Amino acid sequence: MFESINQNLQKVFARFQRGGKLTDGNIQDGLREIRQALLDADVHFKVAKDLIDEVTNRAVGEKVIESVTPAQQIIKIFHDVLTAAMASDKPLVIGQHGPTVIMLAGLQGSGKTTTAGKLANLLKKRGRQPLLVAADLQRPAAIEQLKVLGQQLGIPVLAKTGVTPPDLCAEAIPFARANGHDVVILDTAGRLHIDEPLMQEVAAVKARAKPHHVFFVCDAMTGQDAVNSARAFHERLALDGVILTKLDGDTRGGAAISIRHVTGAPVRFVGLGEKLDQLEEFHADRMASRVLGMGDVVSLVERAQSVVDEKQAEEAVTKLLTDEFTFEDFLFQLRSMKKLGPLKDVLAMLPGGLGAQLQNAPIDEKQLDRVEAVICSMTREERLRPDVLDVDRRRRVARGSGNSLDQVNAVVKQFAGMRQMMKQLKSQSGLMGKMAARFMPGMSGAKQHKAQVIEEMRKKGDLLRAKRKMERDRKKQNRRRR
Amino acid sequence: MFKKLFEGLKKTRDALSLGLRTVLSIGRDLDDETLDRLEETLYTADLGPSATAMIEKARKAYKLREIKTTDDVMVFLRKEIEDRLGERSELELRGVPPTVVLMVGVNGSGKTTTIAKLARHFTQQGKKVVIGAGDTFRAAAAEQLQIWADRVGATLVRGKAGADPAAVAFDAAEKAATEKADVLLVDTAGRLVTQAHLMQELSKISRVLGKRIPGAPHDVLLVLDATTGQNAIQQAEKFKAAVPVTGLIVAKLDGSAKGGAVVGIRERVGLPVKFIGVGEKADDLEPFDPKEFARSMFEGHTP
Repeated sequence: MFESINQNLQKVFARFQRGGKLTDGNIQDGLREIRQALLDADVHFKVAKDLIDEVTNRAVGEKVIESVTPAQQIIKIFHDVLTAAMASDKPLVIGQHGPTVIMLAGLQGSGKTTTAGKLANLLKKRGRQPLLVAADLQRPAAIEQLKVLGQQLGIPVLAKTGVTPPDLCAEAIPFARANGHDVVILDTAGRLHIDEPLMQEVAAVKARAKPHHVFFVCDAMTGQDAVNSARAFHERLALDGVILTKLDGDTRGGAAISIRHVTGAPVRFVGLGEKLDQLEEFHADRMASRVLGMGDVVSLVERAQSVVDEKQAEEAVTKLLTDEFTFEDFLFQLRSMKKLGPLKDVLAMLPGGLGAQLQNAPIDEKQLDRVEAVICSMTREERLRPDVLDVDRRRRVARGSGNSLDQVNAVVKQFAGMRQMMKQLKSQSGLMGKMAARFMPGMSGAKQHKAQVIEEMRKKGDLLRAKRKMERDRKKQNRRRR
Repeated sequence: MFKKLFEGLKKTRDALSLGLRTVLSIGRDLDDETLDRLEETLYTADLGPSATAMIEKARKAYKLREIKTTDDVMVFLRKEIEDRLGERSELELRGVPPTVVLMVGVNGSGKTTTIAKLARHFTQQGKKVVIGAGDTFRAAAAEQLQIWADRVGATLVRGKAGADPAAVAFDAAEKAATEKADVLLVDTAGRLVTQAHLMQELSKISRVLGKRIPGAPHDVLLVLDATTGQNAIQQAEKFKAAVPVTGLIVAKLDGSAKGGAVVGIRERVGLPVKFIGVGEKADDLEPFDPKEFARSMFEGHTP
């Protein structure tokens, strides 16, 4: 999402790296380009200026530091400034007693209704009993939309016609209490910040419902005007959080920085897709790392851990080290990789600006699907003993998977190559890493970086295994002592 | 008609004018600081890199003594914006009905409401309008469109929730052809340009329309939210790569103090603005006049 700032800053910092220490001259040059990058990323003009001023001040103060390159120094300072510009000093606390009321407000088309559904879903998963309130009585069929979302999620929706939104929202709270709901989410109508009657109405909703949290739902693609709308909503509603939507697009997302700067309200959640589980908590430091081209390795590692069943992974490794590599193993690898999310997202998290470089490379997700389809069209025997795959069988697999014979041959050939590699690697460590590196299609120029990342993931996995082993040993010892 | 446009652009004008007034109060003679502040003013109107380019040009002209006063620079900038916006470009119906218009855009840009307004634009001229409810993804999108279609007097063709949008588009083309409608407007689900499969789906919808009605879609209009920043240019480029986009509709221009991104889009992607949305009612859609737009921006500051 911040790739574009990222790309530009990479260029700027590449120049710093060639130079010596920070001088007024090269600071100015670099900062001008950073400013331009921020502006291109839709960070508000004045906010960009403030940030640059802050970086300048700090950079000048730290000029004496020896033994680091100017680039590292600037990156560190800029990272700190950006993190501070987006970070929240207080974690979001959803109350334990009585219904916690959360109000969503924003412009038309910012994504309030979808976000209401996503938020309710997230809280439900955390053991809450949310109630959705359809307080958008403006847009045709908005109530209908929320009802459908509620049905999909199994979350009740309070909807009524012939009432005003403030009345409905006030009514919702005793209703929630009576029906055992501990969270109430108010989905209000989208409105322009300059529409006086509607702004008064939304203020009335707040006065009547007395929400514990008021979240401003904002489209991540918003330009310079984000500052004006956020400020206007903040004046009426005293916002205490922001939900940034549509962040899965290719927007640079500078609005996040601007809004925080003018309202002080931190981004709490980010919307990352059209599905109802695609709402995540916002991490300022990671986002800042991403802006600066340091990659989001932490996110990647966490995601990898959450999707790959560790026991299964461990079994796979053991199996690989003892048995022949089969199509079954190949399929497992493939599926684990797909669970990480769209390749493009995964790539965007890679450090070193690699993600940015690969942004324009044609990454064919379908290639993965094709390989999967081919394997799925094989019998169990064929998967375990690939040698039996003669032309007739391959032809059948081709028909079954909707591919040509050539494509099936290519998959079998690719597999044979991997099997060969597997034999060679058996005794070596880093097996998983190298394998996975080999399997990612369309990334041949990027193997090294990728191997690094995966190596990191592996290390983390190793650490966990090591920790468990230590625990096991300790228990054993304890038993012996007894 | 101009009155509404004038009112719709009031915010754009106010935002620019407000900045300009502060800038102008400094003095009649131009200086570097004034130019810096003009750049800021243009930037906060989302003109983006175009703003920098224009100011650089103005700076050169100032150094060459071609422009001297603040009045000169206003005329200069207005001319620059006019040039970048190009000629007026209207949505024309072709001789053999139905004219098929495919509507595309990112989520929440205002496609559905804009379709209602466009339908109204044609029904008011006595044209027969069919709408294809091609957004089968968002919950209750078809219901929203049904309400609008009833209000503006258009026929809606809809499929089941989750149905193949290309199939709905084909059915709508069928209906428009057999009922001899003048205009077929095809709605599509909002999609972010990073979703390759959804962009391909768009190409498919476009192809399917051409199978039933030769030459269709005759126009593909990209609906942009006026508050969108520089991402608007990416959107225009990516949608253009997927379907033959012929023009833009800038929605929610009344609420935004901005809409300056259209200048960059015309300049860099070459797509003309056909209509602007200037309010929430069904008739708040106006053909776009580049000269009027540029004039409104500098209202009260240039002759």
